[in-house]
Amino acid sequence: MTALNPDYLFVFILAAFVGFQLIKKVSPLLHSPLMSLTNAIAAVVIVGAITITGEEGATPLAKTLGFVAVFCATVNLVSGFMITDRMLKMFKPRGK
Amino acid sequence: MDAFVPFAAIAASTLFILSLMWMSHPSTARRGVRAGEIGMLIAIIGALVHHEMVDYTLIIIAMIAGAAAGIPMALLMPMTAIPQRTAISHAFGALAVGLIGAAEYYKHAHAEYAGSFVLWALMFEMLLGFLTCTASVIAFAKLQELMGSRPVSFPGQRIVNGAVALAAVVIGVMLAIDPTQTYLFPVFVALALLFGILLVIPIGGADMPTVIALLNSYAGLAASAMGFALGNKLLIVAGALDGASGFILAVIMCKAMNRSFANVMFGGFGAVVAGAAGGKDDRVVRSASAEEAAMQLENASSVVIIPGYGMAVAQAQHKVSELYQALTKKGVDVKFAIHPVAGRMPGHMNVLLAEANVPYEQLVDLDDINPELPQADVAVIIGANDTVNPSARDDPQSAIAGMPIIEADRAKSVFVIKRSMNAGFAGIDNPIYYNSNTQMLFGDAKDMVGSIAKELAGGGSGLH
Repeated sequence: MTALNPDYLFVFILAAFVGFQLIKKVSPLLHSPLMSLTNAIAAVVIVGAITITGEEGATPLAKTLGFVAVFCATVNLVSGFMITDRMLKMFKPRGK
Repeated sequence: MDAFVPFAAIAASTLFILSLMWMSHPSTARRGVRAGEIGMLIAIIGALVHHEMVDYTLIIIAMIAGAAAGIPMALLMPMTAIPQRTAISHAFGALAVGLIGAAEYYKHAHAEYAGSFVLWALMFEMLLGFLTCTASVIAFAKLQELMGSRPVSFPGQRIVNGAVALAAVVIGVMLAIDPTQTYLFPVFVALALLFGILLVIPIGGADMPTVIALLNSYAGLAASAMGFALGNKLLIVAGALDGASGFILAVIMCKAMNRSFANVMFGGFGAVVAGAAGGKDDRVVRSASAEEAAMQLENASSVVIIPGYGMAVAQAQHKVSELYQALTKKGVDVKFAIHPVAGRMPGHMNVLLAEANVPYEQLVDLDDINPELPQADVAVIIGANDTVNPSARDDPQSAIAGMPIIEADRAKSVFVIKRSMNAGFAGIDNPIYYNSNTQMLFGDAKDMVGSIAKELAGGGSGLH
């Protein structure tokens, strides 16, 4: 690919708008868990890390970089989702 | 199996969007986490079954090691460490993005890719990824108090920062145009890493909420840029969602301080204005004891508690919750006024108070609590300073002029729990301490709130 595929820009713009609308509706109560949740979601870059580590013809350098990247992304997604849930569990309504 | 891959991406994207949608309210938020987890699982399976995959050993080892590090971290992390945890997780995420970019760059370091879109996207992605990585490490070090939270500044700082940023961009452009100059690549990475450090050292502790939100946004944008480079729409969507989220939070934080992004990032706030206080020492400060405070609180019908970073530092949230329980039992209406920038990250106070079992209905946002404050009998300020400083509203000359504040001074009477008369982070004198309806309760927040709660539970029983 030598030029920008306009489809990607299209997807990006739509996703950014959806993101803005959704985040605006998040209660300020939950801004901390929101950050750790979006951080966990961004760890989906693990997909790219998996590919460079395990694909056909991967160089030793690519494997090493990919290995560290898979590790970092796994730490983030595992701890991110778990901590978010731990925080949310604490938010209780009155009388509970 | 390859037919599954695009559908996995669509399913994962949808689940991520649902996940954020359900975050809108505490009653559905946990469902949001489940949706995110399932989305992630589908995305990972989608990547693993791809036909080009030949070697799974390293991936499995890395994932097991990552889980082995991540699970204990998630289970053992005290809630008071959430801001640091968030900062370091941005560093991990950004590092992953940077390293993937590096591997992709070496794959594309051939003349035939010169000037191609992939390389431009990769350079942008790595610049953002590597700078976010070191910037987050510095933010972590400041929050963990491995280094001082005061801004670090040196002569010619802006010129140095600008030069480093410019050099990184120029080398990035050179590499995109001619990727075969691989010797330049480590220089590019080093400059990006250095720029991240320079970006955050001049920023002080109280600006951390904005900085963390902004780094969250950068990490997301870097992931999105990687999606452009790899031609992966799922990454574009997830990155855009994360980027949008961090950006909106950063905007909310900036608005809550009446400052611009540029001012937070390059202002060196706190270093400059310190020392503005003083010279007016003839004003009278009234102080009171825990018993007196307990008596007045008990006879109030409505009380607003305003927590700040000092409550987090003193770990006073559980004692504050005891105070809340004791007053509620006596029929006093107690609300908590939460300023968006109270603490060290967005929502910091809410998490601490929720942990201490304060029901979330009692945690009220700045805009909603201010109209109620003139009717409140007592406002109790615990470890907050600049967020209740009336000079932001009344004195156009003040360094924080125009910053939205919680109007604690409008309450019929005010108690301020504070260690000493030292000025707050911004180094600005706070006239609320000298008002005739204000009484100071000098002492450690945890001990002071604890003794008031004890008075209410035991000593004060004869009054009702």
